[in-house]
Amino acid sequence: MPSILEVQNLAKNYGDFKAVKGISFDIKEGEIFSLLGPNGAGKTTTISMLSTLYTPTSGDATIGGHSITKDPMAVKQIIGVVPQEIALYEDLTARENLIFWGQMYGLSGKPLTSRVDEVLEQIGLTDKAKNRVKTYSGGMKRRVNIGVGLLHKPRLLFMDEPTVGIDPQSRRAILDTVKDLNKQGMTLLYTTHYMEEAQELSDRVGIIDHGDLIALGTQKELTQQVGETETLILHIGENDDAEALAKSLDDVKDILKASASDHEVSVVAHEAEEVLASVVTKANERGVRIRSIDIREPNLEAVFLHLTGRALRD
Amino acid sequence: MLKLFLIGIKDLKLIFRDRAALIFMLLAPFLLTIGMGFVTGRFSGNSNGLSNIPVLIVNLDQEQLGNALADVFASEDLADLIEPTASSDPETARRLIDEDKAAAAIIIPAGFTSSIIPVEGTTFSQNNVQPEPVKIEVYANPTRPTSAGVVKAIVDEFVSRVEEGRTRGMTSIMQLMQAGLLSPQNAQSEARKLFENVQQTESTAITLKTNKEGAAAIQFDILAYMAPGMALLFLMYTVSHGGRSILAERSQGTLPRLLISPTSTAQVLGGKVLGIFLTGVSQVGILILASSVFFGVKWGDTLGLVILILAAVFGATGWGMLVTALARTPAQIGSTGSALMLIFGILGGSFINLDQMPAYVRTLSKITPNAWGLDGFTTLALGGRLPNLMQPITALLIMGSVLFGIAVLLFNRNGIMQK
Repeated sequence: MPSILEVQNLAKNYGDFKAVKGISFDIKEGEIFSLLGPNGAGKTTTISMLSTLYTPTSGDATIGGHSITKDPMAVKQIIGVVPQEIALYEDLTARENLIFWGQMYGLSGKPLTSRVDEVLEQIGLTDKAKNRVKTYSGGMKRRVNIGVGLLHKPRLLFMDEPTVGIDPQSRRAILDTVKDLNKQGMTLLYTTHYMEEAQELSDRVGIIDHGDLIALGTQKELTQQVGETETLILHIGENDDAEALAKSLDDVKDILKASASDHEVSVVAHEAEEVLASVVTKANERGVRIRSIDIREPNLEAVFLHLTGRALRD
Repeated sequence: MLKLFLIGIKDLKLIFRDRAALIFMLLAPFLLTIGMGFVTGRFSGNSNGLSNIPVLIVNLDQEQLGNALADVFASEDLADLIEPTASSDPETARRLIDEDKAAAAIIIPAGFTSSIIPVEGTTFSQNNVQPEPVKIEVYANPTRPTSAGVVKAIVDEFVSRVEEGRTRGMTSIMQLMQAGLLSPQNAQSEARKLFENVQQTESTAITLKTNKEGAAAIQFDILAYMAPGMALLFLMYTVSHGGRSILAERSQGTLPRLLISPTSTAQVLGGKVLGIFLTGVSQVGILILASSVFFGVKWGDTLGLVILILAAVFGATGWGMLVTALARTPAQIGSTGSALMLIFGILGGSFINLDQMPAYVRTLSKITPNAWGLDGFTTLALGGRLPNLMQPITALLIMGSVLFGIAVLLFNRNGIMQK
């Protein structure tokens, strides 16, 4: 598959602060590529540069063969963007919003009207199309927000955390929409800090943290980086010292790595059940109250933990 | 270009769906106009809003027509409106105007009457061409445009009626002579009789209309000042509210979304400015129309009115853009815009007629679109036409262009429209 997007050493600085530190990756035509990372990792800044909103400090990217810095107008014709915030005119109806944004993408006349009808159908708002957006629920607004990004049938769609702050039902609907769009042949760049979403949707994942792309590959390739290991998560009391417990577990037989964050201790081992007894004993010795224990098989969360020593939500 | 219009029309649509904005844009100025109408006695028919306009009359003619014009200004009909003072020296009169001692000086040159009424001994022939009449000079005080406009309108009315009578008389005499009904020897005496009749009628032709049916042409309706005064006052609200929408769109994400679409920065900024302009034109247009429909205010020359509205909104939009370019947040624009609205309202004569203000305030008022706009609307209400509006229209266009230029420079420097 040819690449529709190629990013080369893309960087963005705000004064001394380096929001994105020279990242490189590519996206193949027809795939869903997720940028997974915690809040503030640089996902939105990356999308903003790729969508020509921000000028990169250094580096470049090509989309459909057009440079984002040298030929931004050509890039804008190829891409669609669903921003993280709902960017709609609340005093206009859904139909009026779609018509206005369609016009901004050069659509007009009958093609515009029929495309608006199609998109309203696609986002399930045909019946409510004449209501002003300000009367909609958060989930409905999200759907219109997505609809605007689809109007001109972009070859590459950027979706920046489209499920933030909505109910599970709307979230499910959005994830299904993403899959449908991909089945129809659309290429997607999807950013999220929810590991489950990246896991469910992505053909390939880039993990980004503090502006660095720290891992890149298919889910299988990434989990292999962690090795054939499992992670034991101990949830401990608020007054207990997670750091001290993690340090004491480092020397225990069969434990590969132990780390602490807030009121949790993460223990990596080839077989979690084999080290469980030793971990509980150590905790008892130190007077640490264990509130619950989870065993996690290798996943993207484990990869992130393995690479950064922190959980994604931290 | 099309996208620019689409953005502007979208903004116009949005503002007319914002109830709070509509109250400020339309209802508040309309109600204030009604209030001012009651306060000034307009609705009880007791006042025209202007009184005791100081006028210097230099009558160097001292013949029938010169005296007739002086009598018009001293007539009972204009007693409340005009406070005439006779002067004998044109230079002294001009100096007194320059020193802001009166609203205007009327200098009636020697020979004014004889340039119109044939002097004894003149022999008429069909090839005889009367010389152009000697011109009356109205030396107006530029810092009192309303009062000077009233004075000029009275003089214009007088002169046009004299000119009409002169032309009519000349034509009649010539036709009589061509038909052989009047000999050249008798033509002179007949002509004098005709012109004297004209002169006698002119002394009663100029009256201050007080809503009486059939009264003659000079009229000044206080609402013709109050209505545009309020419209221009709240126009400043509209333009700052429009500027606020640029920053509001940025914070609510629609401005970045516009910039991500295949729309240039110039189209987006141009569209936003057009939206402010269209909103302002709609606002002032609706208020002017409402004052005509509900209060019967006569606005005179339609073409002049339309161009004046466009120019006034353009000047005000320049201020709106400057405030936007200087502000960092929508709230800052809101507070600065409100302050500017009140300051310009006071300074520009929206509340108090500028003629009653000190000279330095009248000078300072020239920075406001309110003062220039009111100058133009008053000229129109007094019977002026488009050519008489050139000064305020030019000033407003220059104001808008300069302020818009400064705003664009600041936009670029502060990166408001930058990515």
